[in-house]
Amino acid sequence: MIHPSIADRLSTEPPDPGAAARPPALLVERVSKSFVIGRGKPPVAAVTDVSLRLERGEIHGVLGANGSGKSTLIRLIAGLLTLDAGRIQVFGHDVVRDELAVKRLINRVSVDAAFFKKLSPMENLTFAARLYGLDVGTARKTVYAILERLHVGSDRVDRPIEQMSRGMQQKVAIARALLTSPALLLLDEPTTGLDPRSKLDVQEFVEEVRKTHDTSIVLMTHDLAEAERLCDAVTIIDGGRVVDADTPAGLVSSATDRLGRPATLWDVFMTSTGRSLDDDVAEEGEEAIP
Amino acid sequence: MITIRGELRASYAFAERNFFLTRRTWPWEVAFLIYSVAGALSITLIGIDQGSKRLVLSLMVGAIFWNYLSVVFGWIAETIAVERWEGTLEYTMMAPIRRSSRLIGQVAYAMVYGLIHTAVIFIVLVLFFPELDLSSSNPGTAAVFMALGSFSFVGIGILAAILPLLYVERGAQMTFVIQSGLLLVSGVYYPINILPGWMQVLSHLSPATYVLDGVRAGLTNGVGVADLGHDIWPLVILGTLLIPFALWAFGRAEHYAKRTGKLKRTG
Repeated sequence: MIHPSIADRLSTEPPDPGAAARPPALLVERVSKSFVIGRGKPPVAAVTDVSLRLERGEIHGVLGANGSGKSTLIRLIAGLLTLDAGRIQVFGHDVVRDELAVKRLINRVSVDAAFFKKLSPMENLTFAARLYGLDVGTARKTVYAILERLHVGSDRVDRPIEQMSRGMQQKVAIARALLTSPALLLLDEPTTGLDPRSKLDVQEFVEEVRKTHDTSIVLMTHDLAEAERLCDAVTIIDGGRVVDADTPAGLVSSATDRLGRPATLWDVFMTSTGRSLDDDVAEEGEEAIP
Repeated sequence: MITIRGELRASYAFAERNFFLTRRTWPWEVAFLIYSVAGALSITLIGIDQGSKRLVLSLMVGAIFWNYLSVVFGWIAETIAVERWEGTLEYTMMAPIRRSSRLIGQVAYAMVYGLIHTAVIFIVLVLFFPELDLSSSNPGTAAVFMALGSFSFVGIGILAAILPLLYVERGAQMTFVIQSGLLLVSGVYYPINILPGWMQVLSHLSPATYVLDGVRAGLTNGVGVADLGHDIWPLVILGTLLIPFALWAFGRAEHYAKRTGKLKRTG
């Protein structure tokens, strides 16, 4: 149930009327998606009536427990799932009507680093470079630069990815996404399961990307410290629905007012959803997809 | 604006990636080649046992060209299955390329790989059976039928690639049903007129029937392409219909997978 006082904050209208002429990086309007999980069973709603707006150059966090609909939402934005209702625009391009234009603008890092494991990072990234129409020679130099920044030694780039640690693989996945210079970067729990050093490397790099590139970022996470550190705005979803949305400071301030004591983002999440971030809600979310 | 050059570059990406995979798994490739050579030799030796040079040549042609068509079919049919296995399917589907570019790259690599694989088997068989007289054969006819048959098999391969898209756990295995069905009805190792009547109807719908008929006529009797119109036109029709139909069907299957969330899960 959405708290009445936050209803206004869930609007997808631009904060500045003058910005209306310039489409936002991402506009998600009243999007719904459900899945049929078996004959004779009612469809399971994974995402219901979700809206959010990401301005250019911002990092927008989407917080939710496992199975809350975060990954379904990111797949809808990436065009990997069809919409049941609503619309999604990326820099003014509709994800359904302008599919190829949207694909050229986005890239994604998922929780699992998806690679051909027998191939090396360079072979995998060469494949990515060609798919996105990049000059392979230039791309190779970029790959070395990004991986060096992420503390992946150049001696690792020609060995099979299956010989790398999960943290290293995730860094290669980030390098692959940034190689294509996406205008909109979708990060689906990019630091989940990483050791503290790798997590810090990735978080610092995300901050650096925002400062040095013209990249807008959607960050799906259940790491509250990460959201507080990186995000300009946060949307909390639970059971596939938006239950709160504001800047991290705004959310904490509202929770402080509601609770009558100094609150944290953890308090915000608990009061908004009534559950812990570690709870699994698979029966309501995408984990239930057959 | 999508340029032809950009799409060709994307197609090349798939061919190059498959080459990388082949290079990385070369021990498996060698093992598969030995397996294929042994299979072709075993089948051809049946002809030697029967004491018929004509049967030897017929079985050899069947073994060699079935190998080529199987390899081409297999690579294309596994387009989705391999990506699902590796977990890269969603990433590939997100790339800003046309479906046809993706499939063209896979097809091009499959055909080159199949030709090299088949050439090795052919050379081994010729060396193993020096008594075979190929002086009156017409290799041009064999080449034309292989090329024409490839179009149809590309279409069937794309249709087979749909199965792993629709059936997450067992889709890859289901493609074997198509392959074995073609083997059964296409007269690979025996004439189709020994089949039951209803199976012969299916034989006439299989492009492999016409490919093998044409190749055998060319290599065994030295018949030219001009005299094999009855085998050419069905291949032209099948190739012309199957590829666009397969691309359309693949598009529909992709949409279904996106609607039901089947791109996500790994098998």
